[in-house]
Amino acid sequence: MTADELAANLGVEMSYAVTHQQGGASPTAALQTAALIVTHGVARNVLVVMGWNGYSAIRPKRGSKAAPLKLGEGLAALSTTLRDYYNPQGATAPAQWYAWLAMRHKQLYGIPDEATGAVAVAARKHAQQNSHALMRGRPLDMQTYLAARWISEPFRLFDCCLETDGACAIIVSTEDRARDLRTKPVLVLGAAQGRPTPADDIASRADLLKIGLASAARRALQTSGVKLSDIDVFEIYDCFTYVVLLQIEALGLCGPGECGDFVKGGSIELGGRCPINTHGGLLSQGHAWGLNHVVEAVRQLRHEACGAQVPAAQLGLVTGWGDFGDGSVAILGRG
Amino acid sequence: MTVLARPVPTSDNAMWVAFYAHCARGELRFQRCEQCAGWRHPPRPMCPRCHSARWEWVAATGRGRVHSWTIVHQAFHPAFAADVPYAILLGEMEEGVRLIARLSKTDMPNARLALDLPLKVEFEPVSNEIALPTFSIARAGDAAPGDTVPSEPEG
Repeated sequence: MTADELAANLGVEMSYAVTHQQGGASPTAALQTAALIVTHGVARNVLVVMGWNGYSAIRPKRGSKAAPLKLGEGLAALSTTLRDYYNPQGATAPAQWYAWLAMRHKQLYGIPDEATGAVAVAARKHAQQNSHALMRGRPLDMQTYLAARWISEPFRLFDCCLETDGACAIIVSTEDRARDLRTKPVLVLGAAQGRPTPADDIASRADLLKIGLASAARRALQTSGVKLSDIDVFEIYDCFTYVVLLQIEALGLCGPGECGDFVKGGSIELGGRCPINTHGGLLSQGHAWGLNHVVEAVRQLRHEACGAQVPAAQLGLVTGWGDFGDGSVAILGRG
Repeated sequence: MTVLARPVPTSDNAMWVAFYAHCARGELRFQRCEQCAGWRHPPRPMCPRCHSARWEWVAATGRGRVHSWTIVHQAFHPAFAADVPYAILLGEMEEGVRLIARLSKTDMPNARLALDLPLKVEFEPVSNEIALPTFSIARAGDAAPGDTVPSEPEG
């Protein structure tokens, strides 16, 4: 549904509309756009919204009348590469494209399977605290993670996120308007986007492991004046477990090749020193293109996250990851 | 459910048409900038280094090394369901460009993939106009496309 159609259904008059074309990096990038729009008075309130039938429309079950999505649908920025280069070679899905990045990193640094396992297990553990998580009531241990079938090496079943019908929305307004509302405002302290070079082909990058988030994170931290070590809670885009590991390094939480040690010993779980994806993420809550990560960060900073609450959280960081490794990031603060 | 045909390159983009037409003749050619002599792939109208819009298609040796890979166990498009498991390789070619292609069916069963493993390019015809490049594991004394194709630029 386009912005025009959505506005028509809501019966609202729009002063401005824009659609982001960066796959899963779009929601957090759209948050940045929304902040720019209200800051410059282009609009008073901005609705950032996503919705899709990511389960029922993509791979229809036997007997379903729904037509499968066309290859690459929703990834307009990549259409030439997919149609003329990747799809004919059988590289039709993110599980294959991101596996190239993951495999090179894993081989170069000897990252053990338990590192991606730690990401999957933490997400599932957090989902048990979330009444809106699809995987609530279905815990996952390391043994089950390691024994699962391959999807596209180095990704096993539980390295891959859920496919979900779902929708999510946030409203961005100016700080003075937000302070008039009943709930605690959450402020956008900094936001940035970054793209690998080139963005439209993974293979030809001088450094395959230089993802968009690396430069974006530096810029967002600089704008916000926030130190990485002061952030209380992280919501990291997790279409695949390994993508979380790559982003941990790109953010600068640890050095290149150190992600395996970083995620050891429950450090990324609630109660650990760096809690990641407190809602369960795309892996265990549901796939709402990461707008659910923004919603979770807001809940954490309003102290409304119930059993998954990071005590007294003041600062949160959200990332998006999409297309062939585009990155977006926002640093949010309790107002 | 409808059985979907295997996706083939369907571009009206003249550069991709030319790339696959060369493959159909058993030639691996990449674009090389006429101004700065930089090689590039995938095909683009402009050199990202010097911004020249003049290029030529120059025969490559067809030899490279494994830069990364994945082994696909679950097809995400029905046309590939009968092929699993298959490996999709990212090869670093001698010219410095990288190429994505599948590992040949012959080499797949015993493949022990590793970074920098030597590769050579072969071709799999999909129509009269189009062949897709594939990789096989290079062994000492193997011939590659560049050994038989004249290396001068094509007009």
